[in-house]
Amino acid sequence: MNWRNLTTVYLKELRDSLRDRRTLLSTIIIPTLVIPLMVFGVGKVMSKVMSQAQGDSSPIMIVGGEDSPGIVAALKAERDPAKNRPVFRVVPTGDYRTAIGDKKIRAAVEIPTGFEAALKTGDAPTVTIFYYEGEIKSGLGQRALEKFFTDLRQKTAEKRLTEHNLPVSLLKPFEVKRKNAAPPEKVGGNLVGGFVPYLIIILCFTGAMYPAMDLTAGEKERGTMETLLCSPVPRVDIVLGKFLMVLTGSVSAMVFMLLSMGTTAFVGGSIMTGSGTTLKVGAAAAKTTVDVMPTVDPMGLFGVLAMVLPVAVLFAAAAFTISLFAKSYKEAQSYLAPMMIVVIMPAVIGMLPGIDLNVKLAFVPILNLSLVCKEMLSGIWHWDLIAIIFGSSSLYAAIALMLAVKMFNREDVMFRA
Amino acid sequence: MIEAHHLTKTFKDKKRGLIAAVRDVSFTCRPGQIYGLLGANGAGKTTTLRLLATLLKPTGGSATVAGHDVVAAPELVRTHVGFLAASTALYGRLTAREMITYFGQLNGMDAAAIKARLKVLSAELDMGEFLDRRCEKFSTGMKQKTSIARTLIHDPAVMIFDEPTLGLDVMTARAIVAFVRECRNRGKTVIYSTHIMSEVEKLCDVAGIIHDGRLVAEGTLSELRARYAEADMEEIFVKAVGGEAAIAAALKN
Repeated sequence: MNWRNLTTVYLKELRDSLRDRRTLLSTIIIPTLVIPLMVFGVGKVMSKVMSQAQGDSSPIMIVGGEDSPGIVAALKAERDPAKNRPVFRVVPTGDYRTAIGDKKIRAAVEIPTGFEAALKTGDAPTVTIFYYEGEIKSGLGQRALEKFFTDLRQKTAEKRLTEHNLPVSLLKPFEVKRKNAAPPEKVGGNLVGGFVPYLIIILCFTGAMYPAMDLTAGEKERGTMETLLCSPVPRVDIVLGKFLMVLTGSVSAMVFMLLSMGTTAFVGGSIMTGSGTTLKVGAAAAKTTVDVMPTVDPMGLFGVLAMVLPVAVLFAAAAFTISLFAKSYKEAQSYLAPMMIVVIMPAVIGMLPGIDLNVKLAFVPILNLSLVCKEMLSGIWHWDLIAIIFGSSSLYAAIALMLAVKMFNREDVMFRA
Repeated sequence: MIEAHHLTKTFKDKKRGLIAAVRDVSFTCRPGQIYGLLGANGAGKTTTLRLLATLLKPTGGSATVAGHDVVAAPELVRTHVGFLAASTALYGRLTAREMITYFGQLNGMDAAAIKARLKVLSAELDMGEFLDRRCEKFSTGMKQKTSIARTLIHDPAVMIFDEPTLGLDVMTARAIVAFVRECRNRGKTVIYSTHIMSEVEKLCDVAGIIHDGRLVAEGTLSELRARYAEADMEEIFVKAVGGEAAIAAALKN
């Protein structure tokens, strides 16, 4: 290996790639924009849609209730004092199932015959709420109806106790309070520990994907690979120079995403707008952290960067080797696109609750990274497992790189007709 | 100097089994001489030249280029070779200057030497106007000039041309032919593959006719004319390969 050759090839590839729109898009622009877009774009839109849905009166249908005029009137008169508007907009009774399915009403409530009378006699009738499972607006209507009847149940119980000269506190013999006991950085780590490694893994791979295709299959297709092979530079120097560029693409995607995430957190003050949770990173967190405000341990972020490096090498070498086999850009795309699923699956599994890092999982590529990142961002450092993950990931990366060099020396691969 | 001794190259093909692209080919190409390798499509010209340029490894036989063995010292061979083919393209996103400088660096030249050589080549090939423009916007003529400068940046002793005029317009093809002749005049060893008979007549001192991977005839143009009792190069070629039926059969395979 000759460093002069390697640097020459690398610098040329870097210059070439910086002039390629597709590579710039996948390694700089998308990683930089993904977090602000999620926060200020999708987050804001979702927040606006939700608040609008919450601001509207829920259209509902009342089924039955002819002999319970008081309850029907109360439903119609129920107001939201904060928003100064009726909670429900009662529509004329009809085929409620179709209306819910067609999203014409959010929910329907079936008031059984003799409901009001039963409340007076002390019987326990059943009110049924119909709604569209999984539909957000229907869920809002259903919860509002449920709240109305829960409050009614409470009032009825209190009234009965008062009639029997019994204290209302009988209904609440004790209070239950909940309070966060985890340190803010662990809360923050748990919140972002799921999706940050997932995003990093995906961006690391897409960051490697486009330069890899362009520098191998793309060059074969354009006829520049043969030109390059005519030079006296040993094949291994060409492979390593090109590979370094692919790795640069992968690492830069990750770095730009992390920088963008930090900037977004500082500038926006919140990366989870709409969910009511605030996340602060770094110095800002130290100054303004309160008991319940989640933060991210800066050491955890450095740990993530260090652990991602061997995986980035693995991705770069794998994408390079696979693309090298293809004889055109299009063919390389058709090979690498399914690889995304192979990469995403372990990252998704790592996001699931209940899956914790252990010795066996420390050897599973990608999944181990996802799990260890989650831990490090929460301030948990299992050094023995971290060593296994770093070692195994480096080993896999070295194998993939050796395979890339081997492929580059194969005539049937380089001159596939 | 190029010396090929019983050069053989076979490929494995999933459908067709073992394919011999070059079979037992031997020839010598001397400095100050243009050796024309004449053959139909698929005859084995490109494979032979790729073996000499060390892009491929021979499965049998041997060859030396500029005194270096193609198997034992491929990097040294490439240091002394300039390879120009229809399939060797330019980096579209680089300018002509960047492209040529890159290949100067790959050939181990320092910045001062590259600059001086580039100045000479740019003047000789009249490239001043487009030297700092990106190759992707070039006309065919500009591309060919840049490719020529790329092959000559390290002033190699051996020039290998694989159908360099393929698909070019008349004027560009004429410029290439003139450039090849110039290489010979400067004492370089030149090997030139083509299936265009007129180019052989115009350029080559010695011609080797390759058919189905075998070198079936070789000699100066006058020797070949005398041997086959034909004046026209096309007729000589047809007779040398065994008639039109043989060409048709080879093309089928």
